[in-house]
Amino acid sequence: MKVLVPVKRVVDYNVKVRVKADGTGVETANVKMSMNPFDEIAVEEAVRLKEKGVATEIVAISAGPSAAQEQIRTALAMGADRGILVEHDGTLEPLAVAKILKAIVDKEGPALVILGKQAIDDDMNATGQMLAALLGWGQGTFASKVEKDGDNLKVTREVDGGLETVSLKLPAIVTTDLRLNEPRYASLPNIMKARKKPIETVKPGDLGVDVTPRLTVLKVEEPAKRQAGKKVGSVQELVEKLRTEAKVI
Amino acid sequence: MTTTAATDLIFGLTRVVGLPAVSEKAGAPLSAEDIAQIVTEADRFCTEVLQPNALAADRAGAVYANGVVTTPPTYPAAYAKWVEGGWQSLSAPAEYGGQGLPHSLWTAMTELGMAADTSFMLGPMLTAGAIDCLMHYATPDQAARWLPRMVSGEWTGAMCLTEPNAGSDLGVLRTRAEPLPNGKYALHGQKIFITWGEHDCTDNIVYLVLARLPDAPPGSRGISLFVATKVKEDGSRNDLRCGGIEHKLGIHGSPTCVMLFEGAEAEMVGEPNRGLNAMFAMMNNARLGVGTEGVAHGAAALRLAEAYAAQRVQSGRVIAEHPDVARMLMEMRAVTLASRLLALETAICVDRHAAGDTGAQARQALLTPILKAWCTDRGVETASTGVQVHGGMGFIEETGAARILRDARIAPIYEGTNGIQAIDLLVRKVAKDGGAEMRALIEEVKRTPDARLRAAADTLAAATATVIAAQARDADAGQSVAVAYLEAAGWVLGGWMLARAAAEDPAAYGPPADFYLRRLLPRAAGRVAEIEGALAA
Ligand SMILES: Cc1cc2nc3c(=O)[nH]c(=O)nc-3n(C[C@H](O)[C@H](O)[C@H](O)COP(=O)(O)OP(=O)(O)OC[C@H]3O[C@@H](n4cnc5c(N)ncnc54)[C@H](O)[C@@H]3O)c2cc1C
Ligand SMILES: Cc1cc2nc3c(=O)[nH]c(=O)nc-3n(C[C@H](O)[C@H](O)[C@H](O)COP(=O)(O)OP(=O)(O)OC[C@H]3O[C@@H](n4cnc5c(N)ncnc54)[C@H](O)[C@@H]3O)c2cc1C
Repeated sequence: MKVLVPVKRVVDYNVKVRVKADGTGVETANVKMSMNPFDEIAVEEAVRLKEKGVATEIVAISAGPSAAQEQIRTALAMGADRGILVEHDGTLEPLAVAKILKAIVDKEGPALVILGKQAIDDDMNATGQMLAALLGWGQGTFASKVEKDGDNLKVTREVDGGLETVSLKLPAIVTTDLRLNEPRYASLPNIMKARKKPIETVKPGDLGVDVTPRLTVLKVEEPAKRQAGKKVGSVQELVEKLRTEAKVI
Repeated sequence: MTTTAATDLIFGLTRVVGLPAVSEKAGAPLSAEDIAQIVTEADRFCTEVLQPNALAADRAGAVYANGVVTTPPTYPAAYAKWVEGGWQSLSAPAEYGGQGLPHSLWTAMTELGMAADTSFMLGPMLTAGAIDCLMHYATPDQAARWLPRMVSGEWTGAMCLTEPNAGSDLGVLRTRAEPLPNGKYALHGQKIFITWGEHDCTDNIVYLVLARLPDAPPGSRGISLFVATKVKEDGSRNDLRCGGIEHKLGIHGSPTCVMLFEGAEAEMVGEPNRGLNAMFAMMNNARLGVGTEGVAHGAAALRLAEAYAAQRVQSGRVIAEHPDVARMLMEMRAVTLASRLLALETAICVDRHAAGDTGAQARQALLTPILKAWCTDRGVETASTGVQVHGGMGFIEETGAARILRDARIAPIYEGTNGIQAIDLLVRKVAKDGGAEMRALIEEVKRTPDARLRAAADTLAAATATVIAAQARDADAGQSVAVAYLEAAGWVLGGWMLARAAAEDPAAYGPPADFYLRRLLPRAAGRVAEIEGALAA
């Protein structure tokens, strides 16, 4: 079966994110960019499915600026077979990305799309669910385990109360949680082999998708600075302050 | 996250030393994207797999008990990941399973690994040196038996040169090689200070050993090169063992072994009595590697110092904002960047030579002693400044700044002490051709638009004539100023590299270049003044 894995170019998880002076967004100029960590987990899962003989071909897709090729190349070095870059410079909201992915799914006919549960830049947690709705496919979100089970896919989900296991009819959508796997490092020989793997570039318009944003960002600000702590002299004082100042008890 | 080091390395390789064009000429073109991807992934491996455990590995150290050497607890698994990643194969030839990538990329890998954990990276670096030597001198049959598993990293290599009485002067070494009826040799003798001579990360170790044949002439013309493996081809243990490891100032995770050869079966590599020549042939690359260690120590120190200075508050502001701390940080940045680019400039000569550039070898020969000595001395200084930025905490082991300083201190000593490098520069490189190659280099430096750099280059040209004359008049007088001369050359070449970087990207590299040219380049003239003062005495 063919597996699609969308990979997003985001500010690297180690970078201390700064809000732009004009409050329109976060600073990305001269900032290290990487593949969204949840997407790395998605690529790893797809590669493992291929190693188990379940998946036959893995296509890595990124929607974003031309530099997002770097993230596709990383996916190729990890074991994806080919890449598709949907080149677009402006904002891409989850619905726009979901529509782009739907158009690619219609063309490619995969049995499975594995996405990260969310991207660490905007924490939307929406694209996978929207894609499932647009396609009318089943979805196993926040996956911590994925197994082929006959013609179905058994997905263990991390839910508030514990673990939930669902059985999905294929084709289906899976979104990854942190504990699904530990992504591999791209090995040097695989980096070199990946140079020969093809990356196709298309525009959202070529796919017939209108990506015009539907939301208006009013402002972006830094989280409030942490207040200095207070020392209390006794348990009584602590309880008193929790009651009157913090108002938590 | 890509470190500043990786960003600089990608920029330096791509835009300062011109690797894309050189690789194209060599028939294996690498694009800027290829270079960026390889360096980025190498950086990721080093910062995520090696670096987090480096301080604990230093504290645990290598341990010797009952003839068994145990590396720090995290090393065997990290080494397995190193092998899995295929990084050892980077610049090795394809016929032995290598990726055949340029030496300048291996230099980048070396810096990143050494900055993450010097003790660990010494194993792969020694293996790379051994591969390099065997590629040139082993017969096809020998190469086929040893190289593939060294290139994959399944076996490591160790260099066994030094003996208790033979360090800088290898000509007096005593290890004997007795011919055996089967055409092989039995090695008898004691080697000391053997890096990664014994360890628990691989099943087998390939030893390159310098020894004497029974009928060998005395001195350096009577030394041959042999290879012994820890485990013989029939699976039995060879007659060699580790007699103990040293307790050292730094690189505690790297086992520095006394190796006892007690009739170990070995094969000769190359011609009889030509062992030192074989070693010298690869010495340039090995010295380039150690020079790069100096860069790495500066980089590691800077990384810690910047992070600390950004959060430590004294006198009402973070110390990074105090002018003197800002000065220290900028000095660390400028010197480290200059030495990093100088390492790449030296390494690209290896690649240019491989691509058929006839002048590249002489240039590498000239740059190598400067790189080895200047960069490793700067590495020690920068690591020391890094401790200083931390104030009292720099002296305390938990910050890691102290470890870097301790680790940095070996680099000016091994692979030819920096004093020996200076003599090599003066006698074998500069005086030998009457200063021709050095003058050609100085002419290149003088093509820079920066007047300060041109003036410093003129001063260096004059000093070159002075030291050549002094050397001809009185060899000891020449040698007594050799270090000052090497230092002067190093400060000028560092400025040259920064000026080139700033010309390519003024926004990113203008500030460190400007700082260097204003505040550090004058050290070149200071060293030249020292030479004149010394010779006038
Ligand atoms: C941690 C560590 C790891 C090492 N790893 C290895 C290894 O893997 N394999 C290996 O074979 N060796 C290894 N060595 C040995 C190392 O290469 C030698 O220590 C080095 O070459 C210096 O030799 P030496 O210690 O005998 O010092 P010496 O040669 O005794 O030098 C002492 C001082 O005298 C100076 N000096 C000596 N001769 C001259 C001269 N002719 N002119 C001017 N000055 C001179 C030197 O510059 C130095 O300052 C290692 C050493 C250490 C400490
Ligand atoms: C082994 C050891 C023994 C010690 N013994 C004693 C002892 O017996 N008694 C005792 O009281 N203390 C002792 N100390 C503390 C020692 O005096 C302090 O560590 C030292 O004064 C530096 O202060 P700090 O560590 O807070 O560094 P910081 O003050 O944080 O300095 C960090 C860096 O910032 C620079 N810096 C700080 N402020 C400025 C400024 N305004 N302008 C420019 N640069 C600035 C410093 O020069 C330094 O490079 C000891 C420390 C050690 C490590």
